[in-house]
Amino acid sequence: MRVPLSWLLEYAPLPEPVDAGEVARRLTGIGLEVESVEPAGQDVRDVVVARVLDIEELTGFRKPIRHCRVTTGDGTATRQVICGAANFAVGDLVPLALPGARLPGGLEIGVSKRYGRISDGMICSAAELGIGDDHSGILVLPPEAPVGADFIGWAGLRDVVLDVNVTPDKGHALSVRGMARELATAFGVPFTDPVGTGLPERDADSADVWPAAIADPSACDRFVLREVRGIDPARRTPLAMTIRLARAGMRAVSLAVDVTNYLMLELGQPLHAFDRSALNGPIVVRRARPGERLETIDHVVRDLDPDDILITDSSGPISLAGVMGGLATEVRGATTDVVIEAAHFSAAGIGRMSRRHRLFSEASARFERGVDHELQLVASAKAAAMLAALGGGAVVQGRSFASTPIEPVRIVMPASYPDQVAGLSYGEQTVIARLREAGCEVAGGGGALTVRPPSWRPDLRDPSDLAEEVIRFEGYERVGVRMPRAVAGRGRTPGQRLRGAIARALAGAGYVEVIGSPFASSADFDRMLLASDDARRGAVRVANPIRDEEPLVRTTLLPGLFRIAARNAGRGFADLALFEIGSVARRREDDPEGARTAPILAVDRGPTAEEIAELEAALPDQPRLIAAVLTGQREAAGWWGSGRPASFHDAIEAARLVLRTSRVRHAVRAARREPWHPGRCAEIVVLAGLGGPAEGAPAPPAARGGPAAGSRPAAGSRPAAESRPAAESGAAGSDDARWLVAGYAGELHPRVVAAFRLPPRACAMELDLSLIERAAAALGPTPAPRISGYPVATQDVALVVDAGVPASAVEAALAAGAAQAGGLLEQVRLFDVYIGEQVGPGRKSLAYTLRFRAPDRTLTDEEVAAARQAAVAEASRLTGAVLRGAG
Amino acid sequence: MSAPNNTYDPVRVAALAPAEVDRMTREAVEAIAAAGTLDELRAASLAHLGRHAPLTLAGAEIGALPPQARAEAGRRIGAAKQRVAQAQAARQAELEAERDARVLVDEVADVTLPWDRQPAGARHPVMTLADRLADVFIGMGYEIAEGPEVEAEWFNFDALNFPPDHPARETQDSFFVAGPHGRRSGMVLRTHTSPVQIRAMLSRPLPLYVVSPGRCFRSDTLDATHSPVFHQMEALAVDEGLTMADLRGAISAFVEALFGPGLRTRLRPDFFPFTEPSADVSMECHVCRGASALPGGAPCRVCKSQGWVEIAGCGMVNPRVLRACGIDPGRYSGFAFGLGIERSLMIRSGLADIRDTIEGDVRFSRAFGVEE
Repeated sequence: MRVPLSWLLEYAPLPEPVDAGEVARRLTGIGLEVESVEPAGQDVRDVVVARVLDIEELTGFRKPIRHCRVTTGDGTATRQVICGAANFAVGDLVPLALPGARLPGGLEIGVSKRYGRISDGMICSAAELGIGDDHSGILVLPPEAPVGADFIGWAGLRDVVLDVNVTPDKGHALSVRGMARELATAFGVPFTDPVGTGLPERDADSADVWPAAIADPSACDRFVLREVRGIDPARRTPLAMTIRLARAGMRAVSLAVDVTNYLMLELGQPLHAFDRSALNGPIVVRRARPGERLETIDHVVRDLDPDDILITDSSGPISLAGVMGGLATEVRGATTDVVIEAAHFSAAGIGRMSRRHRLFSEASARFERGVDHELQLVASAKAAAMLAALGGGAVVQGRSFASTPIEPVRIVMPASYPDQVAGLSYGEQTVIARLREAGCEVAGGGGALTVRPPSWRPDLRDPSDLAEEVIRFEGYERVGVRMPRAVAGRGRTPGQRLRGAIARALAGAGYVEVIGSPFASSADFDRMLLASDDARRGAVRVANPIRDEEPLVRTTLLPGLFRIAARNAGRGFADLALFEIGSVARRREDDPEGARTAPILAVDRGPTAEEIAELEAALPDQPRLIAAVLTGQREAAGWWGSGRPASFHDAIEAARLVLRTSRVRHAVRAARREPWHPGRCAEIVVLAGLGGPAEGAPAPPAARGGPAAGSRPAAGSRPAAESRPAAESGAAGSDDARWLVAGYAGELHPRVVAAFRLPPRACAMELDLSLIERAAAALGPTPAPRISGYPVATQDVALVVDAGVPASAVEAALAAGAAQAGGLLEQVRLFDVYIGEQVGPGRKSLAYTLRFRAPDRTLTDEEVAAARQAAVAEASRLTGAVLRGAG
Repeated sequence: MSAPNNTYDPVRVAALAPAEVDRMTREAVEAIAAAGTLDELRAASLAHLGRHAPLTLAGAEIGALPPQARAEAGRRIGAAKQRVAQAQAARQAELEAERDARVLVDEVADVTLPWDRQPAGARHPVMTLADRLADVFIGMGYEIAEGPEVEAEWFNFDALNFPPDHPARETQDSFFVAGPHGRRSGMVLRTHTSPVQIRAMLSRPLPLYVVSPGRCFRSDTLDATHSPVFHQMEALAVDEGLTMADLRGAISAFVEALFGPGLRTRLRPDFFPFTEPSADVSMECHVCRGASALPGGAPCRVCKSQGWVEIAGCGMVNPRVLRACGIDPGRYSGFAFGLGIERSLMIRSGLADIRDTIEGDVRFSRAFGVEE
């Protein structure tokens, strides 16, 4: 709220001289944040009151121009001024900026030659003087203005305007009344309530006043009408009032409207003036009926909602209660008889209505935050009296008053409660005094207080609200600083530590972390080639998305990463390795249509376990995923030679890096999965619930659903981890249950690459990090290895297998065979893959280095040979491998 | 036992005379010094320290001396041999150094050549800053609590004392999950991390000290300072006897840990539904230190010459919130404070445009490396 400081000082007289900066600091200190302190009229000088002596209308110009003679004295000394406005007459008093004058904004006035005449100063409009935005004509001054006097001083234009950010709980502070009360408290000076002595004498319901009724007490509990008749339409709003309205950011409209606005600013009670001649029948406050419409004063015809609160007469709606008046009953230029409304509407109801119609008025802002429910009779009486006095009309005695009882609020609070909250010892007397300054009635003592908050503080409901009043008036700066006593924290959880370790590992491997969009679209799923029954299409829909094209919550991180990759490529960075860790939301398997809703539970007690379970059951699955995308060169070209393009191997290695970091036992097998290239996609499986290389861990399962038997690696490339049909694999099925799919990695499908405008051959991986975290959580400490100091024995074997046999199967078989023969194998390392004439069509040669070592002795040649033979024999048995050269 | 009573031959023992030993030593040292290569040195060493070297042969004659003269002659020969050996070792070191200098200089390479074959990776500064913030709290004994991003309205609003008509529950402020058949779902994309506080209060034993970093969503139009997606970190303590002084203590410790020691903090009244009393937290500007202007009179951009920077909102947990979580507000009190991580990044690192945090330009994250 913008408020001139002079207005506040009327009711909170601070000792002179008043320092506006200190006012701002103290108000902010008690919770009324002063966002700006703007001097108004301070830099204006040499504007005086002048009388117009004669006017010569100049012709021959594109617009009417007047050449005026004015005097600032008794008429003997005159000046000539050129003026483009025509709203004044000979004899009128006007503000005259003398040569050398300064106007708001630093404009300097000089002597100039305009339209062929000398202009010795300027006659000013209201806008030119910084009073509102009216520059339609000259500001004609009332006849009592003293000719020759300094206009700025006479009009009281030198002021300071405070712009105060009032928090939603402090509705009372949206008025001079409320703010002055706070200011008086902040400075410890007496406060004078502008409400004054109250009601006119013999104020009672009267049949002479337009009748009023409340039809819906949930919408309105106080409704007052008063009447003023016989207003002279020619009467204008006094200059001082216009200036204050302008300084508060409100436009002067007409006397009746200006009076209601002025009192709203002063008291905080929104008021509305109807043109009595436009009303038909009794006024009733009710909710809207289906199909009703109302044209508001902004000339917008509004369809009304059954929840809307309306002021109606027998013709239908005439006003959106507390938000905006209707056009048909608006006060006009010719209005002589006015009906003034003051009401107390439902705060929540006005808030909803205002947001529903996207209509935020000064009135709705106040009603929404809470208006004093005892102010309607007084405020309307003041408005009627003021309008009658200024407009030359007469107040109709009495009023129409409809009301429903309002339960008084009583709060019982230990007097020591504010002390407990603040950690200070205010003492009971201070607490009582501060609460009374806030307007509360305080009874009791000796420890227990019964507090009745004032009618203008609907926000005071609990002891904690009262404690805040005491603490803020006493000053937050009084609160001490104490370190809360230490608790035994356990640090990050294993999962939280793991996430950090994975992110650092990937960053160390050259991946750049990004944060992708949380939103998605079914078009993205189409671009990813997802089947219609793919679980990743089970997305949660946002009712009010920020972009209609992206109405879903993401189910996969990949589209967001693809988009970021494409953006980087477009900016000239096409060699990319990106990753993201983030959560997604997928419909639960037991609620695929999202039919469940989350109930709104009670808040006056803790929820039961069943209630919490019901909430949780409505929420979608929200696993945390980790994804990476690679494009362009994984290793850059340079003076050393050419670079190395990123390949599906890199994507799979990124997945392995994640899993190595997690220590969870994992395996890679060929698979088909959108959006990956069907021949270059690996499924990453993890052993859930069992420790790393622990005893008894089952062997990883063979691949399922890979390419058909006999498929060939692409010409010219090293063979990928091709799979064999499950029927050919010898893996035991029962162990499969403990191996869970954690995700996929590989090269992207070319159509996906094209659809997302990615650089060709882009690769990606995506893993369920939540699953990995759970699997890792089951791991114990890593058992320390026994390091043998005995010599190593190295053996190379080249094995020929069908081209479709995955290298991982051969390696696993070699390891298994060696393990059965005494566990002397230390490492198996594939060092060559050969496809060609020497091994024949449909075959490939895999060359391994086997390193053998014993923990307690130097191995003999015979032992090494036996171990090697056992390894090869098992590879032959499980994968049909034949020693190269032996077949 | 006495020595054998041999007569000695003065000719045979002449080589052991001091002058003769000195001469042999001098000759040996000169020969070693004259060796210009390691091969010459090897030859000289053999000639003067080998089995047929004069000193060696002279030493063999000691036995021909009368017993009373043997000890002295032995010492003389030993000292001479030691001198020669030292000379040899010194010359050996010199010649090896010369050789190394010659040979290794031939292997000189340009060590300034670039070798950035793998581009640098980086973490996202919002993530690393969140980690850093969390670390400060972990050091104070807090634990990290987490919760879902798609959240029940009850957790996000009701339990936090947002009445059903609160403006934040309108569609222009929050993203709501569409319910079945156009009905309300009772779910929302969490608008703050405060629902995690509710979850923590419902699931963890008291006393409770947690922080909850995480992603939040508000229906804001994207511009330089607003993003519909952003990150928050909140701290919550619920214990017996906690007061605003504890809140101030925790905030001071946090600010000093993050922005530097000695920075003052200031609380001013504010309003949040879930805390009462509530306050906004400002800290002394860490750039101009409250001087409001930089040396030379330039205005401070960080605090707009206010001397203070708003960094967080805080307050004592509203007893209504405790009650909704089944906690007795008569026995327990709590404090909470929360801050925006992007906003902290703006303050700490001078981030000017929040869009940089979500566009994913690799130049942005790379500028921060693995620690912001």
